[in-house]
Formats: sequence, structure tokens, C-alpha cells
Amino acid sequence: MALNHVSATVNGDRVEFLCETGHTLLEALRDELRLTGTKEGCGTGDCGACSVIVDGRLLCSCLMLAVEAEGKSIQTIEGMATGESLHPLQRKFIEHAALQCGICTPGILIAARSLLERNQNPTESEVRYWLAGNLCRCTGYHKIVEAVLDAAREMRGG
Amino acid sequence: MSTMLKYQEKELKIVGTRPLRPDGVDKVTGRARFGADYNLPGQLIGKVLRSPHAHARIKAIDTSAARVLPGVKAVVTRDDFAEMPDEYAAVGEMMINFRDVTRNMMAREKALYDGHPVAAVAATSESVAREALALIKVEYEVLPHVIDVVEAMQPGAPLLHEDQYTLGVKPKPDHPSNVAKRLEFGRGDVVAGFKEADLIVEREFNTKPVHQGYIEPQACLASYSEDGQAELWTSTQGHFVFRAQCAKVLQMDVSKIRVTPTEIGGGFGGKNNIYNEALAIALSRKSHRPVKMVMTREEVFRATGPTSGANVKVRIGCTRDGKITAAEAELNFQAGAFPGSPVAQASMCAFTRYDLANVRVVGNDVTVNRPKVAAYRAPGAPIAVFGVESVIDEMAKKLGIDPIEFRLKNAAREGTQTYYGPKLGPIGYVQTLEQARAHPHYSAPLGPNQGRGIATGFWFNIGNETTCSLNLQEDGSLTLVLGTVDVAGGSRAAMAMMVAEELGIDYESVSAIVGDTSTLGFNFLTAGSRSTFASGMACVIASRQVIEKLRQRAAKIREVPLEAVAWKDGHARPAGGDVAQFAPMSLAEIAKMAGKTGGAIAGHAEINAQGAGPGFGVHIVDVEVDRQTGSISILRYTVVQDVGKAIHPAYVEGQLQGGAVQGIGWALNEEYVYGDDGVLQNPGFLDYRVPVASDVPFIDTVIVEVPNPNHPYGVRGCGEVPIIAPMAAIANAVENAIGLRLCEQPLSPPRVLKAIDDAAAAKG
Amino acid sequence: MARITLSSSLAPFTDGVLDLELEVGNVRQLFQALGERYPELRAHLEAGLAVAIDGEIYQDALLQPIAHDSDVILITKIAGG
Repeated sequence: MALNHVSATVNGDRVEFLCETGHTLLEALRDELRLTGTKEGCGTGDCGACSVIVDGRLLCSCLMLAVEAEGKSIQTIEGMATGESLHPLQRKFIEHAALQCGICTPGILIAARSLLERNQNPTESEVRYWLAGNLCRCTGYHKIVEAVLDAAREMRGG
Repeated sequence: MSTMLKYQEKELKIVGTRPLRPDGVDKVTGRARFGADYNLPGQLIGKVLRSPHAHARIKAIDTSAARVLPGVKAVVTRDDFAEMPDEYAAVGEMMINFRDVTRNMMAREKALYDGHPVAAVAATSESVAREALALIKVEYEVLPHVIDVVEAMQPGAPLLHEDQYTLGVKPKPDHPSNVAKRLEFGRGDVVAGFKEADLIVEREFNTKPVHQGYIEPQACLASYSEDGQAELWTSTQGHFVFRAQCAKVLQMDVSKIRVTPTEIGGGFGGKNNIYNEALAIALSRKSHRPVKMVMTREEVFRATGPTSGANVKVRIGCTRDGKITAAEAELNFQAGAFPGSPVAQASMCAFTRYDLANVRVVGNDVTVNRPKVAAYRAPGAPIAVFGVESVIDEMAKKLGIDPIEFRLKNAAREGTQTYYGPKLGPIGYVQTLEQARAHPHYSAPLGPNQGRGIATGFWFNIGNETTCSLNLQEDGSLTLVLGTVDVAGGSRAAMAMMVAEELGIDYESVSAIVGDTSTLGFNFLTAGSRSTFASGMACVIASRQVIEKLRQRAAKIREVPLEAVAWKDGHARPAGGDVAQFAPMSLAEIAKMAGKTGGAIAGHAEINAQGAGPGFGVHIVDVEVDRQTGSISILRYTVVQDVGKAIHPAYVEGQLQGGAVQGIGWALNEEYVYGDDGVLQNPGFLDYRVPVASDVPFIDTVIVEVPNPNHPYGVRGCGEVPIIAPMAAIANAVENAIGLRLCEQPLSPPRVLKAIDDAAAAKG
Repeated sequence: MARITLSSSLAPFTDGVLDLELEVGNVRQLFQALGERYPELRAHLEAGLAVAIDGEIYQDALLQPIAHDSDVILITKIAGG
């Protein structure tokens, strides 16, 4: 079976990879580009662990074909920190103990950042409903919501 | 040396504070490596062929076409694994029936559940592997199946194991049965006790299987070398236990397998047993290449270890003042394809929160055609307690007694005789009840269709085999090598905190890692709420050993007698009084000189930690029931729990909150749905509905600390207790909201709506 | 003689006997003595029982001493999840 050649931008870097037609973007990120920060929890778009940003849009990378990434700009968890500085969300998650096992954390951080880019002052309810597509089994979501609200506060300059 | 270092009350500098965890940055940047994140050059992808039938005899397996498909490098079936006799064998110090372990890993005579492994392949890519699976021809003789536990117990039910005769029944039955084991616990005379009762309430409850729901599917990578050594990376709660299981089923020496536990994306008991690991090693052995095996979510649901579904009958009698005179329960638990449900533990937890003279609990462990049960956070207890705490609540309400007051009247305390054997030591049940009663949640106002419920939970907690090693580096920093897997991410921090506290140094100078199986002696699983207790105990022992050596070394360097040297605040100092004076030495100073004054300084511990302290918790929940849809909203939730000592309060809170939300999911929506064909209909997160962020409010936590006298810092385990009470608390809240007692789990909208409609029909 | 009490769940393997006295020095000797007296109990001893000696619970502690006037209770081993 012939492989497809894809060119895209990932976290600001131009990348090229080969993939099978049936491969998802998630598989390409993890297996071809070796960016394993994005996780597979279900493969069917139900858990959000594979959340990435594609051309500014939050989506499940397991629901997108790798070939659809041609010419697109993708952001993953690996690009969230800038150099040595963690994103406020990343810092707040550690401070608030908003992660336990950590498997859902990359997806939740990507999703939370996407929320705060649209809504700088979300209510608790808005945070919960925005993150409803990201499953966490360890924390009960309590400290995650606290961390997101606290990061929003800091990013507003509060 | 005694492993039971007793509790010592003292002023604490680090234990009880909230420093940042050492693995946090890697986890928020995506750098941390979980099971599926490991790769080796030349690796193959392994995939498993699974039975599509719930129950079938496997007549023949033809792998010839699969073996010659280009890209396929190895195929294994039952013929590649040794027959294991029906006997218990040691896994470390745990006894397991390997006849069942090997069959659960790969079917031999029969497929016993939808998803049961029948063959496995290793190929150059996932798509080739899948193609190969499709080429394997299996001849099945489909048999009738049974999944419901009550149906499985009936004479004439389809039989899973023709040679299974119920243990615990005298005389030995003459017919085989799906009831693998019957057990009975008791005390006093329940018949007499019920005669004394003014009020007797009897209820029957039914629960469905639920899954631990860890977000990370099982994943492993195996590499077998021609010299007979294997390396295995896997997401596991116990790498030593996995090594032992793999060694036994593969008939290898334990020392020839080196298991590295990867970061684990949730376990909750579901990663206490091997699934693909021995298959991956066998495929690697056959193909001469590394083999990576990652489960899909569907495979996780179909073929790992959901907990039991059950049928529970509870009968309790009490005086009109609310004093319980007799309590009885029958617990019928699904074991899955092989014996081993948590019915024994459930039986022991059912009533232990109460001081009872007359108790009788009968438990049945029943094999049925669904995956073999694995542990799930306080195994068995939430199911038994759903029944018992619902009945307790009903009794309190009928007598007009406040539900917390009712429980206080009957509460177990220090010295209470349990009905399964020992007396309880110092415990915090009464304190948790009193704090719950005093909490503002308990007296907050409620609106229409809203109700408040409480329920309580108890779990034994365990200790078990644990080792660790503490090494002083030449710059004065310390490396702590732990043997207990850090499942929730906080335990490396908690252990480092205890070491820093003992040595009187900064938390940041202690670097804690989890070592692979080659670095330490045997460690039991991270389960049973044991790691802060047992690994903590081992770390304290190792720390005190290091302190002893530091004192000895300082005495030599300063040329003073040992008695003159005390260790305080990270320094060797003069002990005070008449002893010789000398210039104090810091940890770093001694470390720098260590190599030239006798060698590096280290401490270690190899213990079987005894003296775990039981934990008690009380949950308060407010719900609102939508009478149109049957939907239940959780408005407010409070967890009060005795944890002995919270080493790192944020991680303790996290356990209480996480466990409570798993319990909420169990109560409201989670269930396995099997079709009439015995095939699982909802093997995915869309239809197996776990709680999402918008389903739950903030979970308030109150940490009670009644120190465990058998741990230097008073630690009790805390991870399991919080999942026990939610089902009953929510059922009790629903009863208070709409006046209907629901006894079928989950309390999902269709069931609630049906109850509402039935009640309206009965009235009208 | 140490006073030995068996958890009620073990009754089927000892013909209902739950209380006995034995002269044993540690847990291992206790298991050996019980296994000899009640062969049906032996399989369960191997599969794992926990032992409470004078109120303290021990699991996998074969050499834990039992004093000649100890109160010993045998119970099912606990695991966890």
C-alpha cells in the first residue's frame, strides 16, 4: 500500500511525514513525528485525551485523518510552554495539584487554553461545560476547575 | 528489626505542607512517558484475536494463512503456553491460581466471555497485524451462556467449569456449579436478635458490572533477547507482581525478566493483573524483535477486569430507639470467567461500621460469562454498602431519627469486636460522623425535588511487602528509589517529604524515583491504600538508617565518641550536656567526604509492613431530581474522612474528590450492557457514561486525623474509602427528594422515571 | 496455650470448630498445626489468611511470634484496588 506524503506546521515548525490513508492525525503525531504528549484514550472522540488545535480550532486528533493535516497549522501540548516559561495554565495545574496520573492533562490543558483564548473570564459553569469533552478519572475535576479559574484570573492581570 | 515503627507526635516542618510534586512539569508538558509512549527500534505491533462469543468450546485454531502474510513475524495460540495445574502458586508472597491466570491471558479449552483472547500476532504494522487476525480461522462450538448472577446460581444454568464444585459447602455437592465458593461470617444469634427488634427492614438490591475507567488503555513493550532475558515496559500498578506472573506463565526465572513500570494513566485496581504482557514477551521471543501491544478502548472494556455486578439482600432489625439488634446480608457477586470476586471483602465491610452483637453475612462467588473481575478501589465494599447504608437510612427515617444520630448510636469505636474476627483499634468513625453533622452542608436549606442523603464507608487498608533504597550523593542531595508504583502522582512527593522531615533537610534535596524490578527487592502492588503507609514506613526506616550512619561518620571525622553526636536539622551536632564539643557538620559536608572516609552512605529497607489502620468516611450529598426526565443532578457534595495523617493535604484531597466522583458515576450512569447474545453493547466512553466536568460540583473535603499508632507519622491509607459511600448516599438523597427508594444501580434516568411513573400509577 | 479463634467463614473446613487452644510459637507453626488437624483448611492457609495476634493484624508474617497466652484470630486476607 502506497503511503501518503503530508506537509504541515506543528508547533511552529515545518514538518513532513508519511502515513497510511487510514491513519488518524493522532497516529501521525505520535508514531511518525514521535510527539507522544498527545494521548489516545479511546480512539473514538469521546475522551478528549487527544485534543489538539488545528488552524485555531480545538478538535480530537483521533477524529481527523492524517492526510487532512496537509498545509495546516497544528498545536500540541509540546508547544504550550514558551522556551523555559510554562504557560500559566501549566503552572497553575501543578500548583493546584490539578493532575494525578496525568494522562488526561495534555488534552485538558489544550482545551482549557482554547477556552481562555475565547473567554478571558469564564464562570465555573462555563469552564465545566467547555471541558465536558475531556474525561478525567482521577481528580473528580475539582482541582482542574480551580486551576483553570485561577489561571484565567492571572492572565487577566488579577 | 520490627517493621512497626510506632506513631510519635512531634512538630513537623514538611509533612502536612503542600510542596510541588517532582513529576509535575513532565506531565503538564507532555514529556512524561506512559505505556504507549515507549518505542524500540525494529519493534513490531502485537494484536489479539478475541472470541466473539460469550461461551464456546474452541475446537480448532488455524493460523496457517496468518503466518505467511507478508509482514507477520510471529503468531501465538494456546499451544505456545504451558498447561498450568489447578493449584495456588506464590507470586512473591501472594497466592494465585495459575490455571486461571494462563487461561484468562489466552483461552485454552473454552472461550468464556466476549473478548476472551484466542490468538495473538506480531507484525510490522498495525494494519498488517489486523489483516493477519482476520486470516486466523477459529472453529467454535457455541454454547449457551449466562451473565446475570442470580440466573447463574440456579440449577440447570449453563455451566462455565464442569469441574467446579462449590467450596465452603458441607457435604461437598455432587453437582458442579457456577457458585465457586460460598462463605459465611457471623457472630451471635441473628434469630434471637430479630425477635428483639421493633422494626425490621428488608430490601434486595441489584448492581451491574462497572469498569475502573482509567483513561489510559493497557500498553506494554517487550523485548526478548536470545540469551533468555526479557525486558518489559508496561503500565502497571505492580511491576514485581507482573514479573512474577509473566515468569510463571512463560516458565522463565523471575530474575530473567526486568520490568520497568511506566507512568501509569490510572489503574484503580484494574492494572493489578497481566493481560497482554506475557503475550508480548512470547511474541518477541518468537519473532526475535521487540513487540509493542496497546489495547484499544473497546478491548479495555471487553476484556480487562470490570468489577462484579451483584445481587444483595439486606435485612436489619432495631429497637424503636434505633439500636440495631440484628443484621443479615446475602451477597451474590459475579466473579466473571474464573473464580475470585471480592465477595469476601465485601462481606467483611458490609456492617463493620457498627457495633453489632448479632450478624450473619453469606457470600457467593459466582462464575459467569463476562471478563474475570479485577480489583476496583475498595473491591466489593461499595456494592455491599449500597445495600446496607440504604437500609440503615430507611430505618432511621421510619423511626424519625436523624440519620447521623442513628449511626452514632450504633457506631463502631476503638475496641469494637468485628464479626469477621479482630477488634478494631483506634479509629475515627465517630469523629467523622460528628464533623459531618457539624458541617454547614448538613443544615443548608433545600428546595423542591431536592433531597439530602448521607452514607458511610469503611475500608481495612493494607501494608505488605515493600522495599526502598536511599542514597546520599556526593553533593549532599539524596536519591530515593521506591518500589511502589506512583499511580496518582503524589506519592513520590509524599515519600520525599517524609525523608526530608526525618533528615531535617529541604524537600527539594530529595529526588524520588520508582525503580525497575532489578533495582530493589519485591514490592507488592500499589493497591489497598497502602503506598503512603507502607512505602512511607520503608522510607522512614531507610532514613533513620542513613542518620545512624551519618552520626557514625561524623563521629569518626570529628574524632568524638558516637554518643556525643546528635542529628538535628540536617546537621550532626554535639548532643549537649557533658559530651565532647565539635564543629557541626552538614549533610553536604559529610557527603563530600564520604568517599574518602569509608565509602558512600546509604540506607535501605525491606519490610512486610504490618499495622495498617482502617479508614472511615462520611459523605453528604444534595440532589435534585427532574421528574420529567428522571435525571439526577448532584447539587452539593461533602466528603469527611479520617486519613490518620495527611502527608500532603492536596493529594489527600485529590483522593477524596476522585474517589467520590467515581462513586457518583457508579451511582448515576455506569453499567455494562450485554445483549441477549452475551456480547457487550457499550464498550466505549460514549455509551459507558463516566462523569464529566459538568456532571459534578466542587467536592468539599474535611480531613480528619486520628493517627494510626502503627505508623511513625500516623498514616492510614485514604485512597479507597471515598468510593464506598456515594451510591448509598445518592440513593438516600433521592429518597428524600421524591419519596422513592431505588434499589437498582445505576440510578439512571430510565430507571428513575420508571419508578416515578410506577408510583404515580399505583396511586392513581 | 495460645487461644485460637477462626473467622466464622472457615467453619466449613473445620467441621464447625472455631475456637481451640494450641501450643505454637509463631504464625508458621500455627498454620502447620492447623493444617495437620484440619486437612481441608490447608488449601486456605496456603491461599492466605491474615492473623490478628493480641489485637494487631499481620499479613504474610510467618515468623511473627505467638506468646503462650496470646489471643489469635485468623481472618481472610485483604487485598485492595
